[in-house]
Amino acid sequence: MKKKALTFSAAALSAALIMGGCSSGEETSGTAGDSEKVVKFMHLWPTGSSKQHNMIAADIIAEYEENNPGVTVETEVLENEQYKNKIKVLSSSNDLPDVGVTWAAGYLQPFVEGELFAPLDDVLDDGLQDQFVAGTTEAYAIDDQTYGLPLELNIAPIYYNKAIFEEHGVEVPETYEEFKEVVETLEAAGVPPIALGNKDRWTGSLWYMYLADRFGGPEVLTKAINREESFEDPALEKAAEEIQWLVDANAFNKGFNGLSNEEGKSEFMNGNAAMYLMGTWELPNYTTNEDVPQEFRDSIGFFKFPEVEDGAGDIDSWVGGPGVGLFVSENSEVKDEAKEFVKFFVEKWGERSVTDAGVIPATVVDTGAVDLPEMYIDVLDELGNASNLTLFADVQMSANVAETHLNLIQSLYGNEVTPADFVKQHEEALAAE
Amino acid sequence: MDQALSSKKIIALYLSPGLLLLLALVYIPIFQTGYFGLMEWNGISQMSFVGLENYALLIRDAAFWDSAWHSLLLAVFSALSLIGYLLISLVLAGKIKGANFLRKIYLIPMLLASVAIAQLWMKIYHPTNGILNTMLMAIGISDPPAWLAEPSLALFAIFIPIIWQYAGFYILIFYAALKNIPESLVESAKIDGASAWDIAWKIKVPLIMNVIKVTIVLAVVGSLKYFDLIYVMTNGGPNGASEVMASYMYGQAFSRFDFGYASAIGFFLLVICLMITWLIRKVTVTDEDIQY
Repeated sequence: MKKKALTFSAAALSAALIMGGCSSGEETSGTAGDSEKVVKFMHLWPTGSSKQHNMIAADIIAEYEENNPGVTVETEVLENEQYKNKIKVLSSSNDLPDVGVTWAAGYLQPFVEGELFAPLDDVLDDGLQDQFVAGTTEAYAIDDQTYGLPLELNIAPIYYNKAIFEEHGVEVPETYEEFKEVVETLEAAGVPPIALGNKDRWTGSLWYMYLADRFGGPEVLTKAINREESFEDPALEKAAEEIQWLVDANAFNKGFNGLSNEEGKSEFMNGNAAMYLMGTWELPNYTTNEDVPQEFRDSIGFFKFPEVEDGAGDIDSWVGGPGVGLFVSENSEVKDEAKEFVKFFVEKWGERSVTDAGVIPATVVDTGAVDLPEMYIDVLDELGNASNLTLFADVQMSANVAETHLNLIQSLYGNEVTPADFVKQHEEALAAE
Repeated sequence: MDQALSSKKIIALYLSPGLLLLLALVYIPIFQTGYFGLMEWNGISQMSFVGLENYALLIRDAAFWDSAWHSLLLAVFSALSLIGYLLISLVLAGKIKGANFLRKIYLIPMLLASVAIAQLWMKIYHPTNGILNTMLMAIGISDPPAWLAEPSLALFAIFIPIIWQYAGFYILIFYAALKNIPESLVESAKIDGASAWDIAWKIKVPLIMNVIKVTIVLAVVGSLKYFDLIYVMTNGGPNGASEVMASYMYGQAFSRFDFGYASAIGFFLLVICLMITWLIRKVTVTDEDIQY
């Protein structure tokens, strides 16, 4: 018996050791001396899945530590989903890292309401604001205070297959009327005009957002969402009607409401469908990604969502928005250093992310000074000329309203809801918040 | 060893790890869910107590009752499919050629991960190059439906793989039960001139009635809390057309960040499952237990 008890306790002990070992494994880098200040930084670019991101981050941290003797940056790296979970757990125990990664608008809201993130307006006022593309930091602002500094920026052009366009004798449309003609010509020729996977629903929302912008101008959707105006706006209803026109004209590949974005995208990637509206995170697939045949990459171009006649919107207004950004914890003991670090990080990131990782930063890139594929240069130039940037609707809305919006988008595309009801139900959901 | 097993302390010691795990992973979370169901909580900020408000909302929530209806439909279909499994098992247990081989074939879907099954059937249902629509087009149907995109079809299109997924499991159970019936009973029935049909329905089925009852409970309760294929294949869409209770609960918690309401749904789901289990046991109770 004695022997058994001994084995049991030995097993228990080793289990405890293993658990202890797990929790401290790979977590920290860098050591802290007595007089040194430690900035804890949590990010989501592990070496495995985001090698370039990870390298840039490590380089920036090393450079920062070199420039700031006495300050050490301790990093903890987690993969995306784990990161989101851990942030939630840490925030409920009030134990957030000094600096971390966050998403914009709707995601940010509960953290700001819980007073967990520090306002960063003082950092921006130092001249940093001018380095950001207009409209990017605003996505991180709640009640006129900015709580995050964006690292990435994406806009959504319409990519098109030049070979298909040429084969069917259609040109890049400049007005929405021309666009509709292109759709009709391609459809008549048996080519699915537009690749769409609307099971994910935000994909369909992109088309709706552009139509709302072109009919009602850049403010109409945003104002409806932030309750300055009603969602039951004629332009928002008109945009919904146009979506159903496109659906009835078979503009989208068959069964799009049951296909994921990846499945919808494959219609475009295998040269089946002629157009695809998606964020600029797709650019590597049309430029540098060696897994995609060269011939296909060369045949892809992009154009701006065309203008409608008498519409209030202009062609240089984009749907898009910043991806992840950095926050500073409100309860951080080294808040000043953390803010310094965030500022440094954002600046350095802006210099390197597009050339090293193909990620378009939220800060302005000097296209003359970098060596990039032509499509990147074109997109960056368009960004420089952008008159407006409307943040993805589901990111602008709170999580609850966003779900309602996305479900309504799917119904709209499925002809299950009339345009009038579509705007009415949006208005009800927004008013109930 | 005998000495060890006779000591209550030792028994308690050896049982405790399992008991602790069960408590920590099952019973405590159940009570926590009940507790969260009384709160308004977005998963991040402080919770605030709202009493039974979440349950009041639940009663009025039409979208939830739609999903409950879909779950009920699935439960009915799963229960009805048991008849088919029973027939297959009766044939398999009737000493036909290759029964062993066929039994293994039926079991294969059980061995696949749900996500793999979902991916497989999504390929089958693909509107343009899926095997189903390709076949339909080959036999002259020019415009076959997009199965997972049509609100009226999506739910039933997912029922088929769900029922297919569990076929092997129930066939295995029925088959094992049927094999347990003593050969002598069947032999004497044959001598008395009973037909194969009579043997099946008047001897074999009554003898495995207890097993059938268990499978009904398993099928119905399993359907009521069903989640995986629906989540992967349509995520409840288009616009809730294939939503079931569990996927609706997941959406409330992880898409709408309403953990309080989602917990209330979860707790309600538990209550429904318990009630239905009790109900089925009650309805199918037999006067006597047939023994052999």
